[in-house]
Amino acid sequence: MSDNTPNLKSSHQPLLSVRSLSVEFGAGFKAVKDVSFDVEPGKTLAVVGESGSGKSVTSLAIMRLTDYTGGRIVGGEVMFRPAQGEAIDLTKASDDTLRSIRGNDIAMIFQEPMTSLNPVFTIGNQIAETLVLHERLNARDARLRAKELLQKVRLPDAERLLDRYPHQLSGGMRQRVMIAMALACNPKLLIADEPTTALDVTIQAQILNIIRDLQQEMGTAVIFITHDMGVVAEMADDVVVMWKGEKVEQAPVRDIFAAPQHPYTRALLSAVPRLGSLQGQPLPKRTPVMVMDGGEPRLVGETHVQNTADYAKPLLQVDKLTTRFDVGKTFLGRVTHRVHAVEEVSFDIYPGETLALVGESGSGKSTIGRTLQQLVEPTSGTVRFDGRDMAAMSHGDRRRLRQEIQYIFQDPFASLDPRHTVGYSIAEPIVVHGLIRDRKAIEKRVHELLEHVGLQPQHAKRYPHEFSGGQRQRVCIARALASDPRLIIADESVSALDVSIQAQIVNLLMELQERRHLSYLFITHDMAVVEKISHRVAVMYLGQIVELGTRQAIFENPQHSYTRKLLSAVPIADPQRERAKMRIEGEIPSPVRPVGQEPAIHRMREVGPGHWVAVEADALRGAA
Amino acid sequence: MAAFILKRLLQAVFVVLAVTLIVSFAIRLSGDPAVMMVGGAGSVTEQDLQNIRQSLGLERPFIVQYLSFLQGIVVGDFGKSFMGGTPVSQLIGRALPSTLLLAFASLITSIVLSVPLGVYAAVKRGQWQDQTIRILSLVGLSFPNFWLAIMMVLFFSIMLGLLPPSGMEGPQSFIMPALTMAIILTATNVRLVRTSMLETLSQQYIMVARSKGLKDWVVLYKHALRNSAIPLVTYIGLQFGGLIGGLVIVERVFNWPGMGTLAFDAIAARDYPVLQGTITVLALFIIFINIVIDIAYGLIDPRIRTE
Repeated sequence: MSDNTPNLKSSHQPLLSVRSLSVEFGAGFKAVKDVSFDVEPGKTLAVVGESGSGKSVTSLAIMRLTDYTGGRIVGGEVMFRPAQGEAIDLTKASDDTLRSIRGNDIAMIFQEPMTSLNPVFTIGNQIAETLVLHERLNARDARLRAKELLQKVRLPDAERLLDRYPHQLSGGMRQRVMIAMALACNPKLLIADEPTTALDVTIQAQILNIIRDLQQEMGTAVIFITHDMGVVAEMADDVVVMWKGEKVEQAPVRDIFAAPQHPYTRALLSAVPRLGSLQGQPLPKRTPVMVMDGGEPRLVGETHVQNTADYAKPLLQVDKLTTRFDVGKTFLGRVTHRVHAVEEVSFDIYPGETLALVGESGSGKSTIGRTLQQLVEPTSGTVRFDGRDMAAMSHGDRRRLRQEIQYIFQDPFASLDPRHTVGYSIAEPIVVHGLIRDRKAIEKRVHELLEHVGLQPQHAKRYPHEFSGGQRQRVCIARALASDPRLIIADESVSALDVSIQAQIVNLLMELQERRHLSYLFITHDMAVVEKISHRVAVMYLGQIVELGTRQAIFENPQHSYTRKLLSAVPIADPQRERAKMRIEGEIPSPVRPVGQEPAIHRMREVGPGHWVAVEADALRGAA
Repeated sequence: MAAFILKRLLQAVFVVLAVTLIVSFAIRLSGDPAVMMVGGAGSVTEQDLQNIRQSLGLERPFIVQYLSFLQGIVVGDFGKSFMGGTPVSQLIGRALPSTLLLAFASLITSIVLSVPLGVYAAVKRGQWQDQTIRILSLVGLSFPNFWLAIMMVLFFSIMLGLLPPSGMEGPQSFIMPALTMAIILTATNVRLVRTSMLETLSQQYIMVARSKGLKDWVVLYKHALRNSAIPLVTYIGLQFGGLIGGLVIVERVFNWPGMGTLAFDAIAARDYPVLQGTITVLALFIIFINIVIDIAYGLIDPRIRTE
């Protein structure tokens, strides 16, 4: 590739220079094809792309970790310039050389903080291990350095943390430990593979800040692998866009956002949900999505204002719903602790309306969904559907209610039975609820449903593994529609999807809402998607709603400090904007409480028509 | 921890009650010790047999016999053997150490063999080394232990004259019985280690360990093995029951003076006290091993410790 000759204007040479790298798996499947890029010392290069674009394989291949995943580097070179000595081609380096570079000159942070620390060793042990190995420190000095490193990533109480095990830490804390571990030997290059994807937004903002600060302090170059254009805009100096194993574009971050050259980059950027894009508009709006069709971008969908909500009479009324789970029992079976998942939550959903329930992990948003779907028994409170109290319903009526309220889960693969055809899975609710008896008629209905969600009737005979992630989520939507429900609970239903797929599924949900007059309870942590899809928004924090109002009120006039914090934590896909200065500190407190210690229920006051805010003096103990 | 051990001890009491009740009842269905004692000679009158039963306390109702046996256990008295009147505790005292020695020797041999082989097979997954290990393990699984024992005697003792064919006469006597048991245990344990290691090696923290620049053997034996140990330790606990069962046969073939031989002879002679005593002690021992294993879980995995 000739467009990648080293930058002649800079006097120094690049730290890392990847040239025509190709990586193959199994019998000739090329995951990475002929990819080249440079990383300058102290700079951040973002590698972006969707799942299957080869971005993660590229990052593993740099340190030759692909050797352990069955991958083979079949072409190209990876020239790395260590602190001392000449540049080395890592693709040809000996195992000993590689081991002396790994963790020492080049370190890596992985995506899943929950699984990237070894569960059976203490935090201190795992950090010290690298120091003992590469810096030949003795156990005492290594421990001391480990403590300093933990302080550097702003973990409180570092001394005690050294002797703790990973499972005793939250996801955000573990990711900081991971960063401390990676930075232990002052690496010249840090490879971060989706380091914040699995974290809550406020924690993500903290981690990004830490990486940025330490990078400046230590002069580390960073390769940042991500699919999130907001993160790219906040972190990167330069951007490499990958698509189907190839690099399709490379440019400084401002140029990528201002003037994307390759059609795929344009499609990718157009699909990114942007916070504030619907400013001044009272209703959510469907907008066309640019998708890649063959090699060409194509606009799909139409612009349509979602004026579907009918505020005459609520479909679902939730009043003072409380759900608690017992955890921790004494020897004699007495409960010592309870999870206060949901505490006196009240809200209504109207026909044709989308109510978004937003909050971070542990906020209780999913428990509300499960309670409505009767998967969890509420501790107290009433739920009325169509004016009828759920608790007073007969067994048969409750069954019928299951048909009227359907659920779409986060993971489209885990929620479809891999041993049945998707046609079978879609037909199941129809059969279970006895909606249609005739086999031919059921088949016809399944075909209709598949067409409604943008699939083909002949897909009914296929199995879940034959579909892509986005198609599988369409199948799940078809299944949810099969029993002709009036309310659909979508629990993080688009969170795991690539942005362009996500945008299409959001459009599909909105289109179905209009066509079938559906109501949605849209549970998510993603504020940008919320802005696009919802009529009203309820913000949850530690089991209680802290703010409830129209979409416009919440996004344009947030009143509660937690809502503001949540909104400010969302990375904005605009590199022109000044990078986040706001310091967000602190973990989300645990909803587990000893028996007898009830949380304070905060009062709500109305600050505008239908805009309710929790009185902060009552609640938010140590939250903001 | 104290609560946990207390709970397990309570369970142990129930297990011992159930096991002894079943054993005591079942052996009484199988034949009359009085007839066995007189060797089935025709010249014995019914009155003679009656007298023998009376002297052994067998004329009492079953439940009375069982309760008096339980009463004895509490103070550590298992009664006297019907054959020769030696106290059962003395017989067990002689047999238990040789059985435990054999059991632990075979277990340790099997661990020493199966862990490196299993780890190696996992690392070489799908390659010829892995295939070979898996085929060998299947072959090992297919051997009945008595056949393996006899083959070993034929080969090492009779053909080569290297090892004593039977008895317990010194360290060499251990090799064949321990190896017989070990081969069978190893065959299953290798597969278990392999599967468990494959699962662990696919975890992200293993990739993290490699990205730190650790040597392969540190990654495998420090980071991966301890995470793979739980299934192996669980299985070893379960194996103990089977191990003891297997020892009955292996001890027979090698004429090893252990608990297996003692129990076997007691069944043949309808020697109720010896059989009840042996079974009770073995049951207690298996319970003890399983408590040790539960404690070991916590040592291996801190996530279990805090629960």
